[in-house]
Amino acid sequence: MTTSAEVHFVRSQFSEPSPPPMRTSGIVHWLRENLFSSVLNSVVTLLIVFGLYKIIPGLVDTLIINAVWVANDSKACVADVVGHPVGVCWGFVAAHWDYFVFGQYPETMRWRPELFFALEVIGLAWLLVQRIPRKDLGMIYFFIVFPIVSYCLLSGSETLGLPIVQTHYWGGFLVSIVIGTVGIVISVPLGIILALGRRSHMPVARSSSVVVIEFIRGVPLITVLFMANVMFPLFVPEGWRPDSLLRVLVGVALFFSAYMAETVRGGLQAIPRGQYEAAQALGLGYWQMMIKIILPQALKIVIPGIVNNFIGLLKDTTLVAIVNIFDFLKVIEASLNDPVWRTSGMPFAGYLFAAIVYFILCYGMARYSMSVERRLATDNRH
Amino acid sequence: MKKIIAAAVVAAASFGLVTAASAGTLDNVKAKGQVVCGANPGTAGFGVPDQKGNWTGLDVDYCRAIAAAIFNDPTKVKFVPLSSKDRFTALASGEVDVLIRNSTWTMSRETTLGVIWAGVNFFDGQGFMVNKKLNVKSAKELAGATICVQQGTTTELNLADFFRSNKMEYKVVTLGTSEEALKAFDTGRCDAYTTDRSGLAADRLSMSKPDDNVILPEIISKEPLGPLVRQGDDQWLNLVKWVHFALLTAEEDGITSKNVDEKLKSDDPEIKRVLGTEGKFGESLGLSNAWVVQIIKGVGNYEEIFERNVGPNTPIQLARASNALWSKGGLQYAPPIR
Repeated sequence: MTTSAEVHFVRSQFSEPSPPPMRTSGIVHWLRENLFSSVLNSVVTLLIVFGLYKIIPGLVDTLIINAVWVANDSKACVADVVGHPVGVCWGFVAAHWDYFVFGQYPETMRWRPELFFALEVIGLAWLLVQRIPRKDLGMIYFFIVFPIVSYCLLSGSETLGLPIVQTHYWGGFLVSIVIGTVGIVISVPLGIILALGRRSHMPVARSSSVVVIEFIRGVPLITVLFMANVMFPLFVPEGWRPDSLLRVLVGVALFFSAYMAETVRGGLQAIPRGQYEAAQALGLGYWQMMIKIILPQALKIVIPGIVNNFIGLLKDTTLVAIVNIFDFLKVIEASLNDPVWRTSGMPFAGYLFAAIVYFILCYGMARYSMSVERRLATDNRH
Repeated sequence: MKKIIAAAVVAAASFGLVTAASAGTLDNVKAKGQVVCGANPGTAGFGVPDQKGNWTGLDVDYCRAIAAAIFNDPTKVKFVPLSSKDRFTALASGEVDVLIRNSTWTMSRETTLGVIWAGVNFFDGQGFMVNKKLNVKSAKELAGATICVQQGTTTELNLADFFRSNKMEYKVVTLGTSEEALKAFDTGRCDAYTTDRSGLAADRLSMSKPDDNVILPEIISKEPLGPLVRQGDDQWLNLVKWVHFALLTAEEDGITSKNVDEKLKSDDPEIKRVLGTEGKFGESLGLSNAWVVQIIKGVGNYEEIFERNVGPNTPIQLARASNALWSKGGLQYAPPIR
């Protein structure tokens, strides 16, 4: 008698897994799925490839191969003079590099703005790079120590033995970064205070916050700048007037604080009432509740809005050119009028350089904010 | 905007805020240790940053001349670049001590804005640029032509006047900015382009083929450009005026930055008066008697300033023409220093 067990066949080894069908993996699959999934898609893909084929060689030619990298004056960038087609005149940017970065800051003291840039990078890295510890010290450094040190460094201080450099010598990238940094360093705390004030139950705090926010938001930035630099001097006697760059800095900082306040208020309103009540039930006072419970949650929600404000701020620094502060874009524009460099192709080189620099800064901020959002996206997912 | 600013200027002036600031500009300047000079934010040849960012130009050198006269140091200037909109407000409010920024001297500006011109450092006027292919030798031959011009400027009005008084037809293409107008001319939308001649020379450089274009000899308007100050401070007005005259007088007497030390030993009574080895002309301005020596050592005479910034050897290539001395057929004339 045989048992059923004897006729069983038990395989002792796994069989080799068969490869997936060609169509569901690999580059061919990806292409079919993404670029040629329908007739319309295929046509669009082909058109785009054709377009790129037409554009890219010309672009490479203009930007790199035919571009002039070293030039002493405009003649090196004129096709008729050098005898071959000329692309972008990067030589113009190279020759003006120091002027574009520092403006007229005295040459022997350029180490001061250089050190300022380095300190700023350290502060930003401390706050932004996750792995560096002691963010609390980082905050103190960036919002208190760094501004004071930068002021002494850039403007000068007799007691420290640094000669005074008046702000009309400042210019270029330096001024853009100073305005952007001051705007950020002041608008974040001031914006939070204004937002809290607007939601406060105390009538004076609430109404004064509302007035400040609505008044500043109700006018364009250009008006604020004109007010600061053209009208303000008319109303105060000579000797009572702060420096023109300082007036602009105050105007820009106040303007963006109002916007920041509204962004932060959006976050505060998104926090459920239960959070406030729970904090109060624990016996926390107003500031403890705000600092430990509410603001950390609210600010996390509004990171995209805050970064959006930063990007807007950085680009709006170019508006100060209207009141004759020589920011990064304005120094490029002014250099284009120099008869030694004046030719038809030069504005393209200058403005392209400005566009690249602004794009790198703004895109960098946008990417960073995305990574922060991903890192903090721990809850509230529904 | 202009009206609001003008109204604010008048209002501020009537409250005495502005006039309080303008009393004793020279003393203020000496106390500050620098001349605050309203300057051009970027016009080739008149006020433009060079490769290193140093301001250069004819107007800029006038600011330096004033600083040299006061401080014996042409670098003691703070340049405040001003757009054409806010230049007069800045002067009236005391933001700047003197405005040297291609500003045309007109009656209405002097009678309504509370400013006063100290002289004419450049006689400009509106001209035409045409393509050489047209084979036009004179603006009178432009009948029926299409002309590119910037919108809303006196340039546009002068153009209409010129063609009407010469009984010629023309078509006009008006554009928002001078860059757009120039671009339109460069791309062949117009037969001719018109603006001030000093501007034409610089604009020609930024065309795709500068040498294919010529500037016609006619000047169809008067644009006297010069330094101006606030009304009500005659001492300061005198100083700016006589710095200008000193530059012209030095050219007339052949005093240059190179030979000024030799000329100090000269026996010529005129040169002795100018250079302050005789008389007390500097002191009467509130300066030292060597004020002209300081100016000439600092920036050179009018001819040197002109040649360095806009003359035939610069890319701008302007001839002296009306800016030659009166003795050489031009309009530049200085009253005697005596």
